Amino acid sequence: MIAENFNYDAPTSLEEAIALLHQYGDDAKILAGGHSLIPMMKLRFASPTHLIDINNIPGLSYVKEEDGYLKIGAMTKEVEVEESEIIHAKYQIFMDATKLIADPQVRNFGTLGGNLAHGDAANDHPAVMIALGAEVEITSKDGKRTVGIDDFFHGFYTTAVEHGEVLTEIRIPAASGNYGSAYHKAERKVGDYATAGVAAMIQIDDQGRCTKAGIGLTNVSPLPFRAKRSEAVLVGSDLSEAVIAQAAQYAAEDCSPSEDLRGNVEYKRHLVGVITKRMLNKAISRAKK
Amino acid sequence: MTKKITLKINGAEHTMEVEPRMLLVHAIRENASLTGTHIGCDTSSCGACTILIDGKSAKSCTILAVQAQGKEIATVEGLATAEGLHPIQEGFHLNHALHCGFCTPGMMMRAIELLEKNPNPTEEEIRWGISGNLCRCTGYNNIVTAIQWTSAKMQGKELPSTEPKFV
Amino acid sequence: MIKCKTSKAIGGMGHSKKRKEDARFIQGKGNYVDDVKLPGMLYMDIVRSPYAYAKIKNIDATAALAIPGVVAVVTGKDLEKYGLHWMPTLMSDTQMVLPTDTVMYQAQEVAAVIATSRYLARDGKEAVMVDYEPMDPVMDPFKALDEDAPVLRSDQEGKTDNHIWHWEVGDKEKTADVFNNADVVVKQQMHIPRIHVASIETCGCVASYDKVDNHLTMYMTTQAPHAIRTVIALVAGHVGLTEEKIRVISPDIGGGFGGKVPVYPGYVIAIAVSFLTGAPIKWIEDRSENLQADSFARDYHITAEMAGTKDGKIQATRFKVLADHGYTDASANPSKFPTGLFSIGTGSYDYGAAYMEADAVYTNKPPGGVAYRCSFRVTEAVHAIERMTDMFAKKVGKDPAQLRMENFIKKEDFPWASPTGWSYDSGDYHAGLQKAMDAIGYHDLRKEQIEMRAQGKFLGIGISTFTEVVGAGPSQDFDILGIKMFDSAEIRVHPTGKAIARFGTKSQGQGHETTYAQIIAEELGIPMEHIQIEEGDTDTAPYGLGTYASRSTPTAGAAAAMAARKLRDKAKKIAAHLLEVSEQDLEWEPGKFFVKGAPEKAKTIQEIVFAAYTNHPEGMEGGFEATHYYDPPNLTFPSGAYICVVEVDAETCDIKVRRFVAIDDCGNIINPMIVQGQVHGGLTQGIAPAMYEELIYDKAGNILNGTFMDYLVPTAVESPSWETGHTVTPAPHHPIGAKGVGESPTVGAPPAIVNAIVDAVAHLGIKHLEIPVTPFKLFKELQKVGYFKKAT
Ligand SMILES: Cc1cc2nc3c(=O)[nH]c(=O)nc-3n(C[C@H](O)[C@H](O)[C@H](O)COP(=O)(O)OP(=O)(O)OC[C@H]3O[C@@H](n4cnc5c(N)ncnc54)[C@H](O)[C@@H]3O)c2cc1C
Ligand code: FES
Ligand code: FES
Repeated sequence: MIAENFNYDAPTSLEEAIALLHQYGDDAKILAGGHSLIPMMKLRFASPTHLIDINNIPGLSYVKEEDGYLKIGAMTKEVEVEESEIIHAKYQIFMDATKLIADPQVRNFGTLGGNLAHGDAANDHPAVMIALGAEVEITSKDGKRTVGIDDFFHGFYTTAVEHGEVLTEIRIPAASGNYGSAYHKAERKVGDYATAGVAAMIQIDDQGRCTKAGIGLTNVSPLPFRAKRSEAVLVGSDLSEAVIAQAAQYAAEDCSPSEDLRGNVEYKRHLVGVITKRMLNKAISRAKK
Repeated sequence: MTKKITLKINGAEHTMEVEPRMLLVHAIRENASLTGTHIGCDTSSCGACTILIDGKSAKSCTILAVQAQGKEIATVEGLATAEGLHPIQEGFHLNHALHCGFCTPGMMMRAIELLEKNPNPTEEEIRWGISGNLCRCTGYNNIVTAIQWTSAKMQGKELPSTEPKFV
Repeated sequence: MIKCKTSKAIGGMGHSKKRKEDARFIQGKGNYVDDVKLPGMLYMDIVRSPYAYAKIKNIDATAALAIPGVVAVVTGKDLEKYGLHWMPTLMSDTQMVLPTDTVMYQAQEVAAVIATSRYLARDGKEAVMVDYEPMDPVMDPFKALDEDAPVLRSDQEGKTDNHIWHWEVGDKEKTADVFNNADVVVKQQMHIPRIHVASIETCGCVASYDKVDNHLTMYMTTQAPHAIRTVIALVAGHVGLTEEKIRVISPDIGGGFGGKVPVYPGYVIAIAVSFLTGAPIKWIEDRSENLQADSFARDYHITAEMAGTKDGKIQATRFKVLADHGYTDASANPSKFPTGLFSIGTGSYDYGAAYMEADAVYTNKPPGGVAYRCSFRVTEAVHAIERMTDMFAKKVGKDPAQLRMENFIKKEDFPWASPTGWSYDSGDYHAGLQKAMDAIGYHDLRKEQIEMRAQGKFLGIGISTFTEVVGAGPSQDFDILGIKMFDSAEIRVHPTGKAIARFGTKSQGQGHETTYAQIIAEELGIPMEHIQIEEGDTDTAPYGLGTYASRSTPTAGAAAAMAARKLRDKAKKIAAHLLEVSEQDLEWEPGKFFVKGAPEKAKTIQEIVFAAYTNHPEGMEGGFEATHYYDPPNLTFPSGAYICVVEVDAETCDIKVRRFVAIDDCGNIINPMIVQGQVHGGLTQGIAPAMYEELIYDKAGNILNGTFMDYLVPTAVESPSWETGHTVTPAPHHPIGAKGVGESPTVGAPPAIVNAIVDAVAHLGIKHLEIPVTPFKLFKELQKVGYFKKAT
């Protein structure tokens, strides 16, 4: 499988990259880790005439806590997230998720920015970011703007990132108090895209009441999905078994999966229910630690 | 539309004119004539093309040759030195971790990074660690054993027996 | 422990010698077909049909030819001029090389683009415009037999339906009689799905025709180079490519498993183009092309029945098969066996009545019917018998292990005449199953299963005790295109006592360079390190039918032993001459002849060989060489007892293999390490169809999972840690008592796994599950029995 021909540039600054995007117009694409884009180009599902490789731009790769946020640079690779100490200590959801994304070689290259910017509900980070209530920083020639994750995904392969813009940072409200998060997806074999995936984040006060909840679902809706009814039933509750069961049921009911080789609608809803329950329990037990 | 690039493969420089779309695996196999790195799929799924780029295992079928400009590339051909085989090569041979040998270069390159990051992996960690590499012949048992053996060897520990074990 | 007759230094049979071939593979010095690079070589890519069934109205190559570097676009019409647009299949059906008017399956070859590079050939392929008129395809093999189904093979004169052949074996009346009078009958419809061998190396070739010498060198991924040479000569002899002008070289092969037995259109097009242009042509498939167009395996719809007494004695089986062959029967079976060795399906059990029949049909799917690391359709048969045995045990309320023990053919009853006509050579089925049960702790597991069920957890234990049939085969019955299925070995020992031996088989990972050397070392006492093995070059190797169906050891391995014995006879004569005694006074121990009662008076094999070149007895031919063509008197019947333990997640339906014990009996073992390696690999290719792999088509004929993204080859995570062992019952008729093992695990594992999964959920009312048993499929079945609620 071989891509159509294209021109290639590897700018060393963001300004230069943005200028090139403007210069080449709609047929130019950003090359980040390349592990979604190059496979699509090889299959000739995508045929950009210009690739702007942003790997040589310094300063886009980091995981740090700052100003009440966990900040992840757009070019941070999966492997760097996997190996980050802050992530190990406080954001185990990323440990759960990265382990299930593709395989070690792909994770050596795939970036978090690319995983979101690709705009595919089958990718795992969108749901994780929904659960964590992330916002995304987008840079253009006019400066930077911030988009909440709920406004980020617009359609199949389309996001809030417009032509001439670069996703530069992902910001997640920092973990505080009794905070726990977890992710799991059912997959046909390791490295597969999700049959159904659930990301959960829970914050609990000292009385055991849930103060904050986030649930994002992978690959069971046309767009990455926030399970709002589930979150609503959790927040303010004592997180009893019945509440969790209710949240799980809402998630199963509210998503809108479609039938494919991975399963039919009923099976996927069923999995969403089971995994939501399990991930909530896991997030809660992590929060209580 | 071609670009002139220099790839540093196993320490040697290879200068070539390539189209930007040229995949790194083709540049290595065809332009640099190092055919130990293989191609087993067209969807980045099999790992037969795995090499190291600046020490990181990479699927060279999913990377453009132009992206590798200036990076240190290691392929199977560079593993053995004048002193002899690399421990992973010895490990694969002594533990019968290859049959047809087609997945073997990619599998070994992947295992090298795995052991570099985790010198003492559990069986579970090894299995997940090579999950991006398909082998159709061996059933993976002996690949796992070979990586365990290599782990012991690289740490100077007592070497496990390489005789087959039966129930 | 395996007893060895030779020292470790000689390294004959029974030694776990490390492999000789490894050195090049671990250093990246293997030479696979895509590594072959010839001066002036052009690259070929193939335009493929997006439709499963369509008329080709027009092929416009203008845009493709306008691309600088695209040299030619070849269509069926071009090949027709040379009579090369059709070719015979190994089953004497016919297959298009390139179509002239109709395409018969999605991804079928439509045109070939030749260019100066791989990249330009691909650009050219994208630029070829083909105008199709799609037609409604026939995808369902049952509907293919409907009266109003379109006749797909209208190219065959007088063809009025899609039926290919009917086959039957056994005593129909007697079997019906037993069924009519039996206490208990169990019946199950099952599908053994279409799957793909998916060796990690795809198929390909470099065809290099030299116009000056009128000589073709064909580097290709073939498991049977000699047979291919003959086939090329049969197809292209009329244009001057006669057999002596053809050299087929099968270089290192990155896995075969049966998928590299057939002749694919790409090979023939490459030859034709090289013949016409005089340039070497390289054609290497993509993985997607490999999965979508190369020969499939299996696709048998089986109605299986078993009859017996209420106290658990099996009395008869009856199998009815519908075989979906795609648009042509391109199976790789021996000619007289359209269903391969499916008739082994009476299994390891002692009963007298069986009847099996099969009908094959054409559909708009890719052609094939090759093995998938399996000896000619044995997997399908074993799946049916082992599933039925479990169902029967369940029905009569017996433990499946106990029922098997009670029905096994007894060790002392061999050779055993099966109701479908086989003479099983040997076996000890009781010992095998007992060993497997002890190793896994069978009875404790049954107790644990009860305890887990009480907690709502599902544990299943599944058994498969199968009999394989390999080593085709005896020449009175076995041939491919008329060529008898014997195999060959040629041994030449050099004056200094080092040897080279050549074979008509071709390793694709089985380790022949090591095991054949061990067989010769066993017979001649020359250290195996000093014996070089060569295969795969038709110019140098003796004729043989290749490596598949676990036949190499039973046939070529035997030939090696027989050729070596000819040399040992010669050695004895020379030793007698050197020691000045008569032959009767000599005794052999590995590596030397010595005088009886005077062991110090001895001549080593090396001294003897040297004498064969320097000082051979008068009247004797000089040199030290022998060739043997081995025609086996019978097939060999390896067997195995496999037990699988699975855990099923009661909510998600995830299935995890907790343990798997495989006890194989492949007769005498040449190299325990290699045998074990073969078993490991075969087991992973057993779990694959049992739980992951299936080629899926929609009604319009589109393949839905034609890439490695969706065709789910197990990784090291899906593949459990296999536990293996063996019992040894030598094949009585085989020179070294060996039986062949490469495929036993692929054959035996799927029913053990499925039996285990069914067992895990049997208490919920599940009686049978179709393979591959995925969590999704299990969920649907558990909905049917009311365990999961159905949405209203
Ligand atoms: C075999 C395989 C299995 C996989 N399995 C999974 C899986 O299970 N789960 C999963 O989530 N993913 C999976 N992936 C996808 C992988 O994680 C990708 O790496 C990821 O989706 C994209 O990241 P990237 O950095 O490689 O982006 P690229 O491929 O470089 O880019 C993807 C798209 O995003 C755009 N883009 C990238 N970065 C930016 C940016 N900073 N600003 C604006 N636009 C940008 C690009 O222009 C392109 O359109 C798999 C990939 C492979 C090859
Ligand atoms: S060739 Fe399969 S992953 Fe690169
Ligand atoms: S050894 Fe053949 S694919 Fe791994």
